[in-house]
Formats: sequence, structure tokens, C-alpha cells
Amino acid sequence: MTPASTTSAGWNVRLKRLVQVGGPFLGLILVVLFFAFAHDESGESARATILSPGNLKTVLVQTVIVGIGALGMTLVIVAGGIDLSAGSVVACASVVGARLVVAGWPTLGIALVAIAAGGVVGLLNGALVAGFRLMPFIVTLGSMSIVRGIAKSLASNQAISIPRQSPVVSLMAVEHPDTFFPLPPGVWIMLALGALTALVLRQSIFGRHVVAIGSNEATARLCGVRVRTTKIAVYALAGLCFGLAGLLQLSRLTQGAPTVAVGLELDIIAAVVIGGASLSGGTGSVMGALVGAFLMALLRSGSTQIGWDNEVQEIIIGLVIVLAVGLDKWRQGKRG
Amino acid sequence: MSQRLELAGIRKAFGATQALGGVSLDVGPGEALAVIGENGAGKSTLMKVLSGAHRPDEGSMRLDGEPYAPGDPLEARRRGVAMIYQELNLAPHLSVAENIVLGVEPGRFGWVDGRRRREQARRALDELQSGIDPDAPVSSLTIARQQLVEIARALVHEPRLLILDEPTSSLTGVDVSHLFKVLDRLRRRGVSLLYISHFLEECQTVCTRFTVLRDGKTVAGGELATTPLPEIIRAMVGREVKDLFPRTPHEIGAPVLEVHDLAGREKPRRAGFTLRAGEILGVFGLVGAGRTETLRAVFGLDPVDSGEVVFGGRKQTSTTPQRRLRSGMALLSEDRKQEGLLLNRGIAENLLLTRLGPVSSCGFVRPKAESRTTLDWMERLEVRAQNERQPIGELSGGNQQKVAFGRLLYHDARVLLLDEPTRGIDVGSKAAIYRRIGQAAAEGRAVAIVSSYIPELIGVCDTIAVMCRGEIVAVRPVSEWNQHALVAAAIGQSTESPATVPVS
Repeated sequence: MTPASTTSAGWNVRLKRLVQVGGPFLGLILVVLFFAFAHDESGESARATILSPGNLKTVLVQTVIVGIGALGMTLVIVAGGIDLSAGSVVACASVVGARLVVAGWPTLGIALVAIAAGGVVGLLNGALVAGFRLMPFIVTLGSMSIVRGIAKSLASNQAISIPRQSPVVSLMAVEHPDTFFPLPPGVWIMLALGALTALVLRQSIFGRHVVAIGSNEATARLCGVRVRTTKIAVYALAGLCFGLAGLLQLSRLTQGAPTVAVGLELDIIAAVVIGGASLSGGTGSVMGALVGAFLMALLRSGSTQIGWDNEVQEIIIGLVIVLAVGLDKWRQGKRG
Repeated sequence: MSQRLELAGIRKAFGATQALGGVSLDVGPGEALAVIGENGAGKSTLMKVLSGAHRPDEGSMRLDGEPYAPGDPLEARRRGVAMIYQELNLAPHLSVAENIVLGVEPGRFGWVDGRRRREQARRALDELQSGIDPDAPVSSLTIARQQLVEIARALVHEPRLLILDEPTSSLTGVDVSHLFKVLDRLRRRGVSLLYISHFLEECQTVCTRFTVLRDGKTVAGGELATTPLPEIIRAMVGREVKDLFPRTPHEIGAPVLEVHDLAGREKPRRAGFTLRAGEILGVFGLVGAGRTETLRAVFGLDPVDSGEVVFGGRKQTSTTPQRRLRSGMALLSEDRKQEGLLLNRGIAENLLLTRLGPVSSCGFVRPKAESRTTLDWMERLEVRAQNERQPIGELSGGNQQKVAFGRLLYHDARVLLLDEPTRGIDVGSKAAIYRRIGQAAAEGRAVAIVSSYIPELIGVCDTIAVMCRGEIVAVRPVSEWNQHALVAAAIGQSTESPATVPVS
């Protein structure tokens, strides 16, 4: 191997880094540009509708649940794991929250318990993955089913509606639908939590250890990282994120539905991957994941408005995911 | 008389490295030839050439008088050349019979013929008089029996030539003698053997003639019965120590690490040594002698079965790398890529990982302090890179190793355990690392170096310990060692002082 030179191989490496850092943003710009010049079925320019402040606000609200889930999932994926139980945890937390609303609990208590419920599932996932060295894919595939079952039995198999005037609902309520501001609290929570998670992952000692484990677990062990504890913490934190996402799901639907968010984990994983994370661990960007979540929501919303059928949307989103994974592979490929 | 295998002037280069620089040997039908050489003498490259994994650049190979140039291992097997590698190559979940015919399953229209498979397997197993059940899963067998399954797999092809690479390295005494009986029977049936081993007494039992490889060349050969062992050892060692090793004067102080009768799960079996402040201790031995495992057990990376480690005034048998690092011990892994480094992460992250405290506050790393410290260390360690955040996988091997070693120095460890610190790096980087090791000792740090490169050990160390089959068999000041004595001790030949060994 020769020292990386700035000549022949240099541009290739730099381009790969650009794609890694800017990839999701570039993708977002492309999508926005596309919609800026697209026309709907009647030949009207779609710009006025899709890119209007009001619609962007709606898209942002639609991003929140996947986005908050993606914060936790980014930690897990950067640590070299995966959590398939996210969708079930979201549903379960929304059911837990709904029952507490119905039972007349104070809002703060409801929020804490719903979030903690997610944390408990994450803790168990982490304990199984790290403590018994089981494959995270299998462990969380199991807990995905278990938690879904718990959600259904907690809700006696039907959605639990909560009153519209409950303070929980205001978390995601959209007021002034035509202007961008004010944004509902849920959006601010996502942005603030995103900034915090990004800081933790990039700059904290804990974050460095998470990255080290995902990059090379043997090295992490050699360097005295508490591999087991750190992994458990990562899954638990992810669980807390999914619990919070469940609370916001309840707020948005005004009901705790045990059958909601089926397959949500795949949207979340897709957002994280579009955001530049590698499923083999050791790289990933929190902001990228949020952009990825927003990009997918915008694609969905926009293609509905220009009159594309649901099936076309699904194909397009699928292509975006494959493209993102393809970029990931290319980026990781042998350098030079 | 036509020879079974004839090699003449085989050469093979990888880039600038001449792995084989002229190997000639021959072995007759039903004859067993020992191929002897140190680590890195070219034995494994030779095997790969014979098995078709590599093509020689020059030279001729003949099998029973016909040209032999296999394109891949399967062709080699078809021509009747079978290999038994040092590491077992069995699929543990499959049955014995399935493993034996793996890749050459008897079948009809793409479906495996179960009965014929079992028959073939049984015939091969009977030949070994092993009594192994063809339907047993391989994972249920002992290592020794798994090895017999490997040999049975070779026999399915009716081999004319069987090549064995260190076949006894994972066997115990009884299993070794059973293996030798099997080999003897095969030989009498006319199968030729190439027996590759470090252990000369084994070679004497199995083989009649020997060939010594050194630095990729055939340097000696003859009848085992009439050649004295010291002469063979001298042929193995051969080269002169040149003064490539900068020495920094340093003083040896009080013991800081004492290891008594340490035993791990498999290796080491019994390791004991004392490391003093300011001392550079070399650990020599053959590949598989248990040197790496000893360091890892001391550092808490591998489980310890019994024995005692006294470090920092405390007896601690089992421990964790966290605790070792905290009390001032650090380990350099022999494998940079698999274990030593986070290849896709930057230099800063790799260098500072074990001690982030000084560059952070309240649990968060301060980017400026991180960069400053890293740049400072890069300059001290003579690391060449674009900047301190460049992914370490993009650097040359020498620069990677400087960072991996630098991590121990940055950690300010008092005890440095270095596993093959100069493997696979260029001469300039090697000298830089030797200088650093000398400086560390001058600062009163204790250093243990595992190495297979004798000149380096003799050039750098104060004391050398030799391991053989999981045990430390001798520890002596470097002045009492020479290459000859080290090799002799490592192959379990002699642990007496070199004064009694004739020196050429």
C-alpha cells in the first residue's frame, strides 16, 4: 500500500467523502428541484402546492415520527447493529399512552411512561444482543413480534381513541395550515433531539465508543471500551426514541392503535441509510438521517399531489433506497 | 528411476518480495521427504504453488515424469496431489461423510447419491483404521479425529502425493503416534509424502530424507539418519545479524510485571516470566507456540485458566483490558487490520481512543484539543498523512503501525506488550519503531516484544524468552543467546547454554 496521494486516487476518495457527507442533502436538492419544475395532471405547476410553506410544514410534521425513530436507529446502526422492533415499539408506546390518557393521568406522567416503555424494550434488546452475543437481527425480529403482541393485548385488539382536547394531541397539532410557522412542538422536539444526538455521536466520549464498536469491535475491546455496557446503552437509547415516536404517533392519530406503524422500522432504516450510514457499522450521520426522513416524506407527499398513484410512489421510494445503498457500497469499495 | 515429484528452480515473487528464489527438490514413490525451514522461509508459498493456488514465475514441476502445472486446487486434487493444512478445513455442521466427499459428491442428475457417498467415505475411513462413524457430525469429533477426516478426504482422490503442513501442531502425544502409523501405512502403499514441520524429531520419525528452505531457496538436503541435528539447524538459520538496530542506553530497574505458570484455554500451557522497569524482553517461538496468546491472557483479552499475574503490586489472574489500561498496561495487536485499528476512522480517533480524558471536558471531546494533540503526536511519531482526520485505512502499512504503536505511547503505559511490532512494514518505519522502543525503555517503561524475526530480537532486546508448544522453556539475557540456540530451543531441541553447542 502506498500513502494516499493527492494525485490520481485523490479525487476519487474526495468524491466519495463528498457523497458521504453531502449525499442526503444533494438528494434533497434534486427532489426539490424536480418538484419545482413538475406539473400535475391538469398541467398546473406543482411548485405552488408542493413547495408552499403550508405543505412543507405538513411534510415536516409527517417526518417527525420516522425522524425521531431514525435518531435512535442511527446510534444502533453506527454501533454495527440493527433494531427491527422499532415499529412495534411505536405502536405499543402509543397504546400505553392512550390508556393513560383515558385513565386521566397528567400529561407529563403519560409522556414519561410511554417513553420509558420504549426504553425497557430497548434495554432488553440490548441485554440479549450484548449479554448473550445474539445476532441483533434475530433478537429484534423476535421482539418485533412480541411487542406487537403486547400492544394488541394491552389495547384488547382495538384502537383506543383519546379526546381531541387532550394536551397530548397538541404535541403534533397543526395550527395555521397556510404558513410555515408556528411549527407544532413535535417538530421542535425532533430538531432539538437531533442536534443533541448529533453532538453526542460526533463529540462525546460515549459517541466515540459507539463508533469504535461499530467500526471494529475487536479494536474497541483492545482499547478498553466497555463493549457490552455501551451496546446495551445504545439499544436502550434507541428504545427511548421509539417510545417518544410512539407518543407523537398517538398525538397525531388521536388514538392508540396497536396495528399502526407496521413496517415503520423499514422506513426508519431507509432514512438512516439514505442519510449516509453504513449497515456494516462505524459510519453514519444523525443530520443525514433526518434529511433522509424528510426526503422520503417529501417524495410521498409530492408524488401524491402531482397525481402519481400509490404504486408509483412505492417504486420511486424503493429506487431511492437502492440508490442510497448502492452509493454506500461504492463508497466502501476498495480505494484507489 | 522416475521420481514422483520433481521441482527444479522454482521462483515466485510478490511485488518486490522474492518469496521463492530457487527451490529444487524431488521425492520418490512411497518416499517421505521432510521440508524444514524457519517461519517465512517460503514453505507456505511452496505449498500454494504445489496446490495450484499460485503459479510459479519460473522453474519446472514434474509429477511422475509428466509436466505438472495445476491451475487451481481442484485440478491438483484430480492429478493426485492432496494437501493437509495446518488449520483444519472442515464444515463443522456437516457429517463426516459429507465432508469427505465435499466438492466431489457422487451423484446422478445433480442429486447426491447418499449410499455411494457413505461407501466412499467408509472406504477412506477404513483405510485409516479410525473407527469414525461416517454419519457423525464433524463438530462432535475431537481435533485429532477431525484431522483424520481431513486425511480421509484426501484419500478419496487416490492421491499419489500427500503434502502435510505442521499436522501435529494441534495434536497430543497419543494422537501424534496414531497419525504417524497412518502415514507409515500410506507410504508403504506407495503414496509419497511431503512433510512440512519445524519439529526435527518428528521429521526423523516420519521421513528418511530432508530438504532445508531458507529465504525462499533450497539450501541443504540429505539423509536424516546420517545428518547431525546441529547441522540442520545451522542450515535453517544461516544468515548473519547486521547492525540495523539503534540502541538507546537504558537501565533495568525493579520488576513491574510477574507472570507465574499462566495457562489459558488452549495456550499458553505454562508461561512464566518477569518484566522489569526499563527492560526490553523478547519472546521468541514458532508460529503456534502460544506467544500471542500469552500476551493476550496477561492483558485480559483471552480467558485465563490458571496461574498468576502480579502487576502494580496486585495479584490478578483474570482481568479486563479496561482495568489493564487504567493501571498502565497496553497491548499492540499483531493484526493491524482485523484488530489493531479502526480502519475507516481518522488518525485522531485511532490514536486517542484509549485516553480521551485529556482532550475532553464533561464527557465531550474538544475538537481543537483533539486536533492539536494528534498533530503533535503525528510529528513525534513521524506519521505521514494529509491531515489528522484522514481515515487510517488510506495510510501505508508503516504509517498505520506508527499510529497503532503511538496509541500505547500516548496512553503513557508503563508496560508495553508488543505483538509483532514490525510485521509487514518497510525498513525505515521499522527503524523508527525500534528507536521508539528504546526510548520507552530509557524512560523506565517495561517492554515485551513477541517476534518471529530473530535479528530484531537479538538487536533490540535485553532478555529473550523462548516458547515451545505453549510453554516458556528458557529465559536468558540476550548475550547468552544466538540464532542457533534460539531456533534449537524453539523447536524443543536444546535448552542448554549455547557455549556447549558447536558454533560454525
